[in-house]
Amino acid sequence: MNYFLQQLINGVTLGSIYGLIAIGYTMVYGIIGMINFAHGDVFMVGAFVSLITIIIFGITGTSSVALGIGALILVAAISMVIAGVYGWTIERLAYRPLRGSFRLAPLITAIGVSILLQNFVQATQGARVKPLNAIISGGFTVLEGNDFVVRVTYMQILIVVLTFVLMTGFTYLISKTSLGRAQRACEQDMKMATLLGIDVNRTISTTFVIGAALAAVAGLMYLLYYGVIDFYIGFSAGIKAFTAAVLGGVGSLPGAMLGGLVIGLIEVFFAAYFSSEYKDVAAFSMLIVVLIFMPQGLLGRPEIEKV
Amino acid sequence: MSTNTQTSFDLIGMLKRSAIATIIAFLLFLPTLGLKTSASGGVDGLFLQYRWSLLAMGCAAIFIGKMALELFAKPKDGQQKPAAQASAWAKAIASPKTAKAVAPLLMIFAIAFPFLPFADRYVLDIGILIITYVMLGWGLQIVVGLAGLLDLGYVAFYAVGAYSYALLSAHFGFGFWMCLPLAGILAAAWGVILGFPVLRLRGDYLAIVTLAFGEIIRIILLNWRSFTGGSNGLSSIPRPSFFGLPFNQEPGGFAATFGLEYSSLQRIIFLYFLILALATFTFFVTGRLRRLPIGRAWEALREDEIACRSLGINTVNTKLSAFAIGAMFGGFAGSFFAAKQAFVSPESFNFMESATILAIVVLGGMSSQLGVVFSAIAMIGGIELLRQLQFLKVIFGPDFDPSQLRLLLFGLAMVLMMLWRPRGIVSTRTPTVFLKDEKTVSAAMISQGRG
Repeated sequence: MNYFLQQLINGVTLGSIYGLIAIGYTMVYGIIGMINFAHGDVFMVGAFVSLITIIIFGITGTSSVALGIGALILVAAISMVIAGVYGWTIERLAYRPLRGSFRLAPLITAIGVSILLQNFVQATQGARVKPLNAIISGGFTVLEGNDFVVRVTYMQILIVVLTFVLMTGFTYLISKTSLGRAQRACEQDMKMATLLGIDVNRTISTTFVIGAALAAVAGLMYLLYYGVIDFYIGFSAGIKAFTAAVLGGVGSLPGAMLGGLVIGLIEVFFAAYFSSEYKDVAAFSMLIVVLIFMPQGLLGRPEIEKV
Repeated sequence: MSTNTQTSFDLIGMLKRSAIATIIAFLLFLPTLGLKTSASGGVDGLFLQYRWSLLAMGCAAIFIGKMALELFAKPKDGQQKPAAQASAWAKAIASPKTAKAVAPLLMIFAIAFPFLPFADRYVLDIGILIITYVMLGWGLQIVVGLAGLLDLGYVAFYAVGAYSYALLSAHFGFGFWMCLPLAGILAAAWGVILGFPVLRLRGDYLAIVTLAFGEIIRIILLNWRSFTGGSNGLSSIPRPSFFGLPFNQEPGGFAATFGLEYSSLQRIIFLYFLILALATFTFFVTGRLRRLPIGRAWEALREDEIACRSLGINTVNTKLSAFAIGAMFGGFAGSFFAAKQAFVSPESFNFMESATILAIVVLGGMSSQLGVVFSAIAMIGGIELLRQLQFLKVIFGPDFDPSQLRLLLFGLAMVLMMLWRPRGIVSTRTPTVFLKDEKTVSAAMISQGRG
C-alpha cells in the first residue's frame, strides 16, 4: 500500500510534466489541425536553455527555499521567452507557408524541423548527457509504514503546484481574454473568424508561442526532477505528451492535463509493477488502444468528417 | 515581408526586416551556438564555454541570407507563382515516355557500375546502400505515395525482415534463399497486423500510430535479450552463397569453381547484383500493380476516401493490401540487409531510418518511381559526400566532425524541399491510367500543393 502511494506521487509529478507539454499539442491541433511534431524538441530546447541559464546565474543547491524558488522563476521566465521565440520562428518559417497545402505537407515539414532541432542541439551542445546537481533537495515523510517510507520531495510539490498555477492561469486566458476568444473562434471556423476581423495569423503565432513557453517550463521541471538531459529527450517525451493530448481529447485543455496524469501514472505504475524496460511500450500501446477504441478521447468531442 | 506590394527599391525596409531577422536569430542562437555547456570540469558538473565568434558568424549569416532573399526573391504575388512552368518541366520528367527512355539507361549504368574502373569496395558499398534505399523507397511508396497512408514506422518491417533471416538461420539453419520469401511473408503478416486496427484512423493519427508501432518493435528487440540478443544484436549470420558456392578461398568456393583468382571484391559484387535484382523485381511488381485494379483503387483512396467508399471500393481490403505489400518489400530488403551486414542490432532500426525512407519518397515526388531513384541517389550520396567535407574543420575547430552536420542538413533539406515543392522534385499526381487522353483535372492544380 505504501509502495503504491509512493508510485502514485511519482506518477502525478511525471504526469504534470506531460500535461504541460500536451497543452501545446492540443492547442495547435485544435486550431490548425496539424500535429506539431517538433513540439517535443521545443521542450528539449527549453530544458537546455534552462540548464544554461542556471549555470550563468550560478544557482546551486541552496538551503533557502524561497531564494531557490525565486531564482528558478527567473530561469523559467528566460527559457519561456527563448522557447517562445523558437515556437514563433518554427511556425513562421516552416508551417505558415504550407497552410492550405495538402494534408500531409505540414506534418512532413514538422518531422524535418524535429530532426533539425535535435541535431542542431547535438552539434552545438554535444551528444553527451548533461548532469545537474539537485537545486531543491529535501522533502518530508508523509507516511511511515513498517516496511516502506512514503516521501514527498519539495521538488515534486513545486512541480505539481507550478503546473496547477499555470493551468489555472491558462484556463483563465482561454475562457476570459480576447486572445482566448480569438483562439476559440479560429478553432471553430478559421474563414469566418477572418471575416469577423480576427487576425488569424497572429492568433496562430500566439498559440505556438504559448505552447512553446509551457513546454519550456516542462523542460525546466524535467531538468530539475531528473537532473540529467540530452538532445534526445524530446522524442519520447513528445510522443507521450501527444498520447496524453489524444487520450484527453484533442482540443480540450482539461483533457490534456487529465491525459497527462493518466499517461504519467501508467508509465510509473507499469515500471514499478511490471518492467521498467517496457514502460515506453506501455505508453505507446496506450496511444494505439485509445486511438482505435476512443478516437475522441476522454473529454473531447467526436470529430465529424465533412465532405 | 508579408505584404510587399511596392515595386520600388526599398533599402530602408530591407535593412529593417533583415535586422529584425538577425535579432530573432540572435535570440535563437544565443543559448545554443553562443554558449556551450561542457561537462569536462570537476566533479561539480558543468561550466560554460563562450563562443562569441561562432554566434556572431551565425547572426551575420542570417543577416546576409535575409538580405539576399530580399534582394533576389521575387515579390510574392499571392498565389500566382509560375507553377505551370515548373510543373511542365516536372511533367516532362515524370511522363511515362521519359521514364521509358531513362529507365533502361539507368539499368544499363547500374549493371555496368561494378566493372567501372573507379568501383572499389567503398564505392560499391555506397552503391549497395543506395539501391537498398531505392527498394525501400519503392516499397514505402505504395503505402504513402499511392494509397496516401502516411507510415512513419516503415522501418519496423525492415527490422522484421532482418531479424527473421537472422533468427531463422540461427535456429533452423535456413539459407538466404529460403529465408527471403519467408521474411517477406512475415513482414507482410506484420503489415496486416498493424494495418487492421488502424484502418479507421485519419492521416496524421495514422502517422503517429505507425510511429508508435515502430518504436514498440524497436524497444522489444532491444529488451527481449534471450531471443533477439538485446542491444548486442545477433551476429555471425550466414552470408548468402552463389548457388551453393561460398565466397571463400577454399577449393569448393566461387573463385576456384570458375577458375578465377580469389578476391574479396567478388562477394561485394555478388551482393550488389543481388540487391539490384531484388530492386528490379520490386520495380516491376510495383509498376504492374499500379495498372491493376488494386493500384487504381489505391490512387482513388489517396484522392478521396469517402468517394471511394461510395463507389463500392472495399477500403478495408485496399488499405490492408497496401500495407501488406509495402511491408513485404521492406521485409525483403531487411533480409538482404541482415545478409550483407552479417549482423543486426536494434540500433539500425530507429526512427531516423523511417524518416530517411519517407524523405526519399517525399522528395522523389510521392508517386514517381523514377523520382525515388534520383532522390535516393541525392540523399544517400549527399550524406556520404558530407563525410568528405574536411575543410569545415578550419571554420569550426579541429574537434569538429562534419558527419555530425549531416542529419542537421538532412532535416533542413526536408523542410526546404517541402516549402519549395510540397509535392517533391518529380511531382505528378496525375493518375497512372486514364481514358483516351489526359484531362487537366484539379489534381494538376493540387499537385503543387495549391487547391
